[in-house]
Amino acid sequence: MLLANKTALITGASKGIGRAVALAFAKEGAQVILLARSMDLLEKLKSEIDASAVSKAIIFQADVRKYDELKKVFDELNQNKIYIDVLVNNAGIMKDAVIQMVQQQLIHDIYETNVFGTISASQLAVKSMLKKRGGSIINLTSIVGVHGNLGQSVYASSKSAVIGFTKSLSKELASLNIRVNAVAPGFIDTEMTQSMDQRFHEKNIQSIGMKRIGTPDDVARTILFLASDLSAYVTGQVIGVDGGMII
Amino acid sequence: MTNTEKLIATFSDALTLDASKVTDALTYQSIPEWDSISHMVLISRLEEAFDVSIDTDDVIDMSSVAKAKEILKKYNVSF
Repeated sequence: MLLANKTALITGASKGIGRAVALAFAKEGAQVILLARSMDLLEKLKSEIDASAVSKAIIFQADVRKYDELKKVFDELNQNKIYIDVLVNNAGIMKDAVIQMVQQQLIHDIYETNVFGTISASQLAVKSMLKKRGGSIINLTSIVGVHGNLGQSVYASSKSAVIGFTKSLSKELASLNIRVNAVAPGFIDTEMTQSMDQRFHEKNIQSIGMKRIGTPDDVARTILFLASDLSAYVTGQVIGVDGGMII
Repeated sequence: MTNTEKLIATFSDALTLDASKVTDALTYQSIPEWDSISHMVLISRLEEAFDVSIDTDDVIDMSSVAKAKEILKKYNVSF
């Protein structure tokens, strides 16, 4: 098993890519700690994992935008001497608007989740990983964080910030045996993209070299690689999972 | 082992430094061994040694061995 004896914390774990990651990690022997805002969905996922995986899942209701809630999770884990080897900063939101239609609240919503949440969870996780003498942080960015996209200046810039954070943090932590990488999904079949206008949906499929939408499992497998020792010498990288999408 | 001895041993181990150099007067970034990266390791090792969890403000504030003692006292570690 690729993640035997490893403990992994996943934010935004209740659905989409986060859920796929939780299932993939548990299947590979990891003890998974799952965070999300919806306890109902987390409890369903926990039941699914507990029925088949080696370790029981631990779940917490927490909003990554609220530092105090994240800290409470890590404090509880630390008190129980549960230290993490892997952090997947998956929680994220996407809202589109051309620049003249961007309201201040939209900027705050996107940055507080995608950027502040990622930085705060990483800061707390590093403290835990130092107890394990190493670890792996995987941040979810996006293809638009690399290339940009019309109507997504706020969202794309938040994902670009995640890339800058990833690259800088990887330099800070490399000598401490903590790797930091990012995964940049393209067009993936999740609730986030299902709400998209059908015309954009078709247009997006046509821009993908492989001519199919990606699945959460496609992304989860790349995250699994970065979490495992298969990628022991990989840090500071942004790996695209986009089927050859052109933006 | 007294807490002072434990503190010196922890500094020495975390900073890869001879124990004789760990005195109250030793300050953060005054020697190459105590840089910002090794400071993170130091905090982690102090937390392990004294079974405490040090807040971010105190991590920033820990500017010398003497200051480390002062901060650890807040966490009920006596010297």
